[in-house]
Amino acid sequence: MARLNVNPTRMELKKLKARLKTAVRGHKLLKDKSDEMIRRFSVIIRKDKALREEVEASMSDMLKQFSAARALTGEEVVEQAFSMPASPMEIDCAVGNIMGVEVPEISVKQQKREIKFPYSFAALTSEADASVDMLVKLMPKLVELAETEKTVRLLADEIERNKRRVNALEYVMIPQLEETIKYISIKLDENERGAQTRLMKVKDMLAKEAE
Amino acid sequence: MSKMAVIGGGEGILVFKAAGVDAYPAENEKAARDILRAVAKDYAVIFLSEELAEKLADFLKRFNESPYPAILAIPSGEGGGYGMEELKRASEKALGVDILFNNK
Repeated sequence: MARLNVNPTRMELKKLKARLKTAVRGHKLLKDKSDEMIRRFSVIIRKDKALREEVEASMSDMLKQFSAARALTGEEVVEQAFSMPASPMEIDCAVGNIMGVEVPEISVKQQKREIKFPYSFAALTSEADASVDMLVKLMPKLVELAETEKTVRLLADEIERNKRRVNALEYVMIPQLEETIKYISIKLDENERGAQTRLMKVKDMLAKEAE
Repeated sequence: MSKMAVIGGGEGILVFKAAGVDAYPAENEKAARDILRAVAKDYAVIFLSEELAEKLADFLKRFNESPYPAILAIPSGEGGGYGMEELKRASEKALGVDILFNNK
């Protein structure tokens, strides 16, 4: 591992020791964060999977109903009937926070749908009503799925980023600092020994001169 | 901001329209991409039919930075398990292993 390019002085040694301390502490914190995020992630992704399976099943039921409606009344009639503007479905949006990751929190606003079906009942068969009704009932689930799926994606990204940080600290930053600190202390010790011998030598020479 | 939109090819989006979701028809991925670019800021939730989501996977990555809009791939009756496939990929990305489907 490459050592940092610094002067081997006591000053630098002190600075590096402080940095190492911070790095080790940061590494521990990030590692803890990573562990907790992974724990939360696995809970959320399991929930998401179950939810998706449920929604997919209901969706395909709904679409079957709708194709039945289309087959029974003819495509054009259906298209015309469904092209009318419906009362918009509103949702509440907030931003939540999971381990410092901003995640969406969405819920369907509970509201009375005054006009339940935006078309005339004369034009369409009950299959169409059934499909719209199923979708309206499914909507909270769909929105929840959108929320969890987005959360999964955001968390996955953040976990990956965090992992990179942990690794950078663990395998680059900390070894580098340790190596440099070792180098400086060896160098300082060497200097000290050099000074010691020099002094002894000088003392010897002085003693000889005095004889 | 608190609105929903659906973008898709088939007639499936008509039902969404009747349920009170803004619908944008898009026959191919190019059209869908243009629509997404234009309306992504106005909606909190965007439903995208599964086969379009699959083709636009790279384009959709740019929405992974912020909490909104949440884009959801819905099965439109013809697509395969793309949504599940995405989940698997997210799990592999975050944990290094796929914890959802390996016990089957």
